[in-house]
Amino acid sequence: MNNNAAIEISDLLVLRSTARAVDHVSFVAPRGQVTGLLGPSGCGKTTLMRSIVGVQIVTSGSVIVLGLPAGHPKLRARIGYVTQAPSVYDDLTVAENLRFFARVLGVSSDEVDRCVESVDLGTHQTRVVNSLSGGQSSRVSLAVALLGEPELLVLDEPTVGLDPVLRRDLWALFHRLADRGTAVLVSSHVMDEAERCDRLLLMRDGALLADDSPGQLLTSTGASDVESAFLAIVEPGGAA
Amino acid sequence: MTPRIMGAVAARVLTQLRHDHRTLAMLLLLPMLLMTLLWWMYDDAALGFDLLGPALLALFPFIIMFLVTSVTTLRERSSGTLERLLAMPTGKVDFLGGYAIAFGVVAMVQSLLAVGLCVLVLDLAIVGPPWVLTVVAVADALLGTALGLFVSAFARTEFQAVQFMPAVVIPQILLCGLFLPRSQLPPVLEVVSGALPLSYAVDAMNSVARSATSDLGGVDPAVWADLGIILAFVVGALVLGAATLRRRTA
Repeated sequence: MNNNAAIEISDLLVLRSTARAVDHVSFVAPRGQVTGLLGPSGCGKTTLMRSIVGVQIVTSGSVIVLGLPAGHPKLRARIGYVTQAPSVYDDLTVAENLRFFARVLGVSSDEVDRCVESVDLGTHQTRVVNSLSGGQSSRVSLAVALLGEPELLVLDEPTVGLDPVLRRDLWALFHRLADRGTAVLVSSHVMDEAERCDRLLLMRDGALLADDSPGQLLTSTGASDVESAFLAIVEPGGAA
Repeated sequence: MTPRIMGAVAARVLTQLRHDHRTLAMLLLLPMLLMTLLWWMYDDAALGFDLLGPALLALFPFIIMFLVTSVTTLRERSSGTLERLLAMPTGKVDFLGGYAIAFGVVAMVQSLLAVGLCVLVLDLAIVGPPWVLTVVAVADALLGTALGLFVSAFARTEFQAVQFMPAVVIPQILLCGLFLPRSQLPPVLEVVSGALPLSYAVDAMNSVARSATSDLGGVDPAVWADLGIILAFVVGALVLGAATLRRRTA
C-alpha cells in the first residue's frame, strides 16, 4: 500500500440499472496535489466521487481511501465532500449552518469563522442561505466541507457559475490546501479548468481516458489545449 | 450514539422552526383555535365538549407532528443534507433522536397551551390530573414524528408526503373511538382498531378525563398501560425509520 496515496482505486465497476456508470476504473491520487476529474456531464464523475466518499453502492472493485476501505466509519470525519447541489439548510443563516455541522463533527467554533472567511463569505454570516445567490450557497456548502481540515476534499463541480475572480480565488485556495498536504479531488465539465490541476483524470462514458499531468497530456497527444487533447484521445486521427 | 450530535440535530431543527414564524404560530395557536371552535359548537349541549375534547387533544399533536416531520425529513433526504450528515460521524440514532427531542419539545409547549386553555378557560371537565394530558400529548407527538420519519422514505416529493396523511392518519382517526366507541365496531374493525396506536392515545386521554385513583399520583393505571403501548409503537416506528436511512445508495 502506498502511504502517500489518498485514493487508490482498482477495477471499480458501478452499474446503475444496467448502464456502466463507472466502467472498470483504476487510478491512484496522491496527497498534497489537486487532482482534476474532467469530462462531460453524465460521464460518471459524480458516481465515481460518491464511491470514494463511500455513499455509493458499488458493483465490484476496490476503493481504498486514506488507507481504509471507502465508507469506513473512521473516515467520516476525515473527508470533506461537496455535492453539486449545495447540501446545506437553506432556511438557516450561513453561520448557523456552519455551527451546526461543526458541532456534528466535534470541531471548535473558531473553525466556523476560518472556513467562512476562506470561501469569502465573511460579510454574509448572518444571511439566510435561501437569500443568497446560487454561487454563494454552493460556497456555504464548500465551507462546511472545510470544517476540521479534512485530509481529503472531494469537490463536485465547486466552481460552476462563479465569476472568474472568485473562481481564481477558489483554485488558489485548493492549491494552498494541497500545499499543506490535503488531497483535493475536483470535478469539472469545463476543460479550461484542467490547466489549474496538478494531475488530470479524463473521463467519458464511465471509463477513464487519461491519467496524467496537464503538461504531459498535451505533449503525448500533441494537442495545444486539454479540449483538443480530449478529442485526440476519443477520435484518434480525427481532430486535434 | 453521540449525545453531542443528537443535541446538535435537535437544536438545529428548533432553530429552523424559529426562523419560520408562520409555521411556529400555526403549531402553537391552531390547536387552541380548534379547541375553542369545538367548545363554541357545543355551546348549548354542554356535554359534547367534555365528550370529544380529550380525544381531540390526542389528535392534534399526532396529526401535526406527522405532517411536519414527514415534510422536513423528506427535505433532508432530497436536499442532500441527510446524505451529508450520514457521511459525517452522525449515527442514525442521533438523527432520529434529534428530531424526536426537537418535536417533543414543540409538542410539550403546544399541549401545555391547548390543555391550559381547555382546563382553565373553557372548563373542560377533567377528573384526573390535567398534567397527564400533556404527557400523553408528548407521547402522541413522538408517535406522529416517528411515523412521519418512516413514511418520508416512501415519498419522492413533498406533494406525495402530504398524501400519506389521509392514508396513514385518517383510518386511525375513524377507528380510534372518536366516532363510535371501539367496543361497538364490527368485530374485525375492533381488532384492527386495537392494532392502531392512536386508539391507545385516545383511550389514555379519555381515562385521564373520566377517572382518577387515590394512589399513583391520582392517575388511572390504565393510562400508564396505554402510554406504554404508545411508546412501544414509537420505538417500533423509529426502528423502521432507521432502516430507511441508508449511508450507501444506488
